[in-house]
Amino acid sequence: MAIGATDRKPVRWHIGVFLLPAALVYSAIMIIPLAATLYQAFFSKSWSFVGLQNFETLFTDPRLSASFWNALRNNTWFFIIHMLVQNPIGILLAALLSNPRLRLRGFYRTVFFVPTILSFVIVGFVWKLILSPTWGVSQGMLKSAGLGWLFQPWLGKEEYALTALSLISVWQFIGIPMMLIYAALLSIPDEVIEAAECDGITGWSQFWKIQLPLVLPAIGICSVLTFVGNFNAFDLVYAAQGAAAGPNYSTDLLGTLLYRTFFGYQLQLGDRAMGSTIAAVMFLIILTGVCIYLFLVQTRLRRYQF
Amino acid sequence: MSKATHSPARSIAAHAVLLTYTLIALFPVFVIVINSFKSRKAIFSSPLGLPGPETFSLIGYETVMKRGDFPLYFQNSLIVTVVSLFFVLLFGAMAAFALSEYRFKGNTLMGLYLALGIMIPIRLGTVAILQIMVASGLVNTLTALILVYTAQALPLSIFILSEFMRTVSDDLKNAGRIDGLSEYKIFFTLVLPLVRPAMATVAVFTMIPIWNDLWFPLIIAPSEATKTVTLGAQMFIGQFQTDWNGVLSALALAIVPVLVLYLIFSRQLIRGITSGAVK
Repeated sequence: MAIGATDRKPVRWHIGVFLLPAALVYSAIMIIPLAATLYQAFFSKSWSFVGLQNFETLFTDPRLSASFWNALRNNTWFFIIHMLVQNPIGILLAALLSNPRLRLRGFYRTVFFVPTILSFVIVGFVWKLILSPTWGVSQGMLKSAGLGWLFQPWLGKEEYALTALSLISVWQFIGIPMMLIYAALLSIPDEVIEAAECDGITGWSQFWKIQLPLVLPAIGICSVLTFVGNFNAFDLVYAAQGAAAGPNYSTDLLGTLLYRTFFGYQLQLGDRAMGSTIAAVMFLIILTGVCIYLFLVQTRLRRYQF
Repeated sequence: MSKATHSPARSIAAHAVLLTYTLIALFPVFVIVINSFKSRKAIFSSPLGLPGPETFSLIGYETVMKRGDFPLYFQNSLIVTVVSLFFVLLFGAMAAFALSEYRFKGNTLMGLYLALGIMIPIRLGTVAILQIMVASGLVNTLTALILVYTAQALPLSIFILSEFMRTVSDDLKNAGRIDGLSEYKIFFTLVLPLVRPAMATVAVFTMIPIWNDLWFPLIIAPSEATKTVTLGAQMFIGQFQTDWNGVLSALALAIVPVLVLYLIFSRQLIRGITSGAVK
């Protein structure tokens, strides 16, 4: 143990000096504003205390609640698509990459991560252009594959836009689950695999019975990261569909709703109190998700870890 | 590995899947970059063709240079990213050192307090952050962005760095103490150089979200003089929606610097994510 940690007792100023800058910036710019935002959710626009009235308005007011429930529903669907598409593809790619005899591993790893480093603005516009019927890149490609009938202006149709956008987001972030699962696969001790092989468990059944259960904790982490990211998403929708999250609010997420409510959009004036209320609801949703993960999922998964 | 896992058929199948995904991952970037070098007519007549002598054109880039102040946006992004990174690394390493090196009252509590921000996004405090920035006159300054990004990145970097600092040998630090080095000297001259690889990892992790962020530039620094590349590109594209050459060139210009940086640092980044596994 460190000398001076126990015996002599002068005030150890250096500990404070080391901690102070980080604690100061973090508290002043993150924790205090977060608390202040939550606090404002209980006040009206004119700063009188209104208790839970803002929440009541958000949940029941005919105009606002329609947008809120719509955004929440969309956000949930956005998350479901992520979980259904991103985890299986991530696991598949990671499993293929984790084979130590595979050539070009480094190349594939690098390439699969490229979309993740691009900004939302780039990703949003790139896909908007590619899916645009005006340009016709995707249409042309589908046609040449004999699938021309499949083409739809996906981002422009209410019934497809949200799913298309979710898939774009999956395309962008697939690198993260892939890498985390890949790392987990590499950390499985060789002895475990060898023992399985001695018992005649190879190939796919080895993957299902041995490797997959062992990487469940990594999948759990990916899921909670995805959850937090999804319920806080804003940029992609804003870049691809604008603040109005068109067509007809079909891609509206809680993040875009928060932006429009807080800052106002077109004829609608910005509303600080309602903005804080939406932020508070998002906070509760994210907190619930994280707690479920920490207290229910992670504690159960731990017994698989080495 | 068993014989079963490296039969040729298996490996061909694996490469087929991986190559397919390579195409999916790179295709959009490829399409944008090649088309940014083509004339308007060629963009529409053969969107997938490479720019040839007849179709080559730099008109898009000319529009971007004339209409958007991209050098300035680029400079803003660079300042914000580099300065935030500096503070995140310095403050983060200092706090991580305090938490991992000393035993004091409230150590665990402090660690938990600082870790809160890993899971709770800073965006949810936007309403009050804007109020603070307005009250302190920092709206539309790069300082505001730097402060926000420093706060945003500190929790994760403290977490990662303190994990690494636990691995620095106690003997080394105690030898320094016996030689009469102050705690500050021990930190700056003994410990920091040893955790340089971890610092690089944290730097890459921190850099990407800062460079790519749209929310905070849009809300606390949207003025012409403080626009970042991400916001500048967003505004430019929104304004020139129908100028396909301009839009494609702006996108290509936004992609290239990040791509180059990534290719330089990708090893670091991937090693960072997979560290703990690949020892």
